[in-house]
Amino acid sequence: MNPQETAVSEISEPCIKLENVNKTYSGVSAPAVKDLSLEVAQGEIMVLVGPSGCGKSTTLRLINRMIEPTSGRIIYEGEDVTKGDPNELRRRMGYVIQQVGLFPHRTIAENIATVPKLLKWPKAKVNARVDELLEMVSMDPSIYRDRYPKELSGGQAQRVGVARALGADPDVLLMDEPFGAIDPITRDRLQNEFLRLQEELKKTIVFVTHDIDEAVKMGDRIAILRDQSEIAQLDKPEVILTDPADSFVENFLGSGAILKTLTLRRVRDIELSQPVIIKRSTNRSDAILALHDSYFPYAVLLDDHDHPIAWVDERALNRSDSLDRSGASITVQLQPEDTLQDALSGMLQTAAGMSAVVNGRGQYLGTCTIESLASMLIAQPNGASA
Amino acid sequence: MSTAVVTPQQGSAASLPSRRNLKMTQLDLIVTPIFFVLLALLLAVVWVYSDFDRTTTSILEPSRLWTQFKQQIYLALWSTALVIVLAIPLGILVTREGAPRLKNNLVSLLGLGQAIPAYGLIVLFFVAFGQGSFTVILALATFALLPVLRNTIVGLEQVDQSVIEAGKGMGLTSVQRLRKIELPLAVPVIMAGIRTATVINVGMATLAYLIGGGGLGETIAAGLKNGRPTAIFVGAVLVALIALALDFLGGLAQRYLKPKGLA
Ligand SMILES: Nc1ncnc2c1ncn2[C@@H]1O[C@H](COP(=O)(O)OP(=O)(O)O)[C@@H](O)[C@H]1O
Ligand SMILES: [Mg+2]
Repeated sequence: MNPQETAVSEISEPCIKLENVNKTYSGVSAPAVKDLSLEVAQGEIMVLVGPSGCGKSTTLRLINRMIEPTSGRIIYEGEDVTKGDPNELRRRMGYVIQQVGLFPHRTIAENIATVPKLLKWPKAKVNARVDELLEMVSMDPSIYRDRYPKELSGGQAQRVGVARALGADPDVLLMDEPFGAIDPITRDRLQNEFLRLQEELKKTIVFVTHDIDEAVKMGDRIAILRDQSEIAQLDKPEVILTDPADSFVENFLGSGAILKTLTLRRVRDIELSQPVIIKRSTNRSDAILALHDSYFPYAVLLDDHDHPIAWVDERALNRSDSLDRSGASITVQLQPEDTLQDALSGMLQTAAGMSAVVNGRGQYLGTCTIESLASMLIAQPNGASA
Repeated sequence: MSTAVVTPQQGSAASLPSRRNLKMTQLDLIVTPIFFVLLALLLAVVWVYSDFDRTTTSILEPSRLWTQFKQQIYLALWSTALVIVLAIPLGILVTREGAPRLKNNLVSLLGLGQAIPAYGLIVLFFVAFGQGSFTVILALATFALLPVLRNTIVGLEQVDQSVIEAGKGMGLTSVQRLRKIELPLAVPVIMAGIRTATVINVGMATLAYLIGGGGLGETIAAGLKNGRPTAIFVGAVLVALIALALDFLGGLAQRYLKPKGLA
């Protein structure tokens, strides 16, 4: 049934465990979730990704019993949670939804304090916690504490939504397309902030999205789901991208799958080009001759500390102006640790289609060209699974 | 609006949608007092300058008017209180999970009830419960139930589902969700319904005289019977002034009770 059963995470014992869980909504004949077994390890971000209607939200909501399973067991920290008080369970799990759902008649502070107050924390502790959480999500408590939700932008509202979910410091966060309704630029920032936050917090997170790019970015492991929450593949993002289990996964990854591998590889993994290097002291006619012999129609101008300054072509060399000014100055530099995704967007920002790579001290190492990226991508198509 | 509910025929105003434009609330608070003052001035002018023959003078005997005036308010307020006590819990009940069928049936049943003329309803209640203000209050409450019930249902249902979902997801019990989220957010709409019910009740209390319930209806009826337009006018304007005053107080309450943070 599920060839990925072997892909057990090596982190530690599972924090959340679904065992043969079924959910059939009343009045619907086909189950929304069919015989799903899934283990989420302590401290990992498990992404559930799949086409709309495949049962992601249903699966997530089964975990905090917003929906009761038709059959099967759900184990959280070793105990079967399908029995007992669902409200108490939910207070131990943060829950973030796409629409955020802030209480419009409560201030930001009151919103964030919801669960701590339910748990009857002393007032001083609640207040301190609210400020701590606001700072955690990069919002100044003195500005936002007493505001109302209607005064927030979409991105800010979702920050508060995350802060509220973290209110009583739950071990688990359940997130249902939390950044789905936010503009791409803000979403990118929220994702990065959230990943940084998670490095500190090390929560166990189940993260639902329909966006494979978001899945690759956020997931320690990704479960690709098809209809009725059937796991098509469950693995680390790099494995899924380079070795999709079947044609469903391949289709779901889409034609952009190779591009997505750019986020998994780094500048140091590719061979750098070495165009002609010139210094300010170089004789111009020598430089033009060298340029004629070179494969590249431009040279790199370095300063006395080997920092790259500008791209210089023959026309620039022929001009009487200073070399610094007649060349195309190098504004974007890459480091070997940058991902190829960064490299690509860096190159697209400069019209040059190339980028200087420097070491930590800013010294020139070589040039990354768009051709070298392209040839690397072409050299390792889907068959890279070997 | 609220000014014209003076004659029995206009009881049909009850079937108009009672969901006021909530943004209008603040305008109400300015316009209503102006209307009130103008109408009171008009009443004073009529009182001072029109010829009172013997019949008119005896109909408009001040101490009797005062009694009727107090009865009118008494009937309107108690029937409104009864409406609130009945309709809001009922509205809450039928909007709870697991009771969706009941809701539509109830609203259409009450809608049917509204098709019965107010006159007929009062007589019907008279047959069932005998005469007196208790019967009047019961009849008025029945008639004004629908706007409050409907606004309670609408008010609770218009609460953003994701807000309730978030509350549930954080472990608020169903009672806590009702108390802390749904009801506060429904208050503006429910209050609008209560204001409408109040105005209806003030107007309908004019019919109380039919079954010995008193009220300003007696003055209006006497004016009609004896062909004394001044008496009819004075009775009707007093009813309108009560309606305006109570509506104004309702507007204040609506504004005061509206939770902060709402648009
Ligand atoms: N409350 C419900 N009642 C009946 N069917 C539902 C309900 N919620 C979801 N479904 C159905 O269950 C399936 C899975 O829905 P959902 O879990 O929301 O999918 P996803 O989050 O992956 O888009 C869909 O076919 C959807 O129509
Ligand atoms: Mg969904």
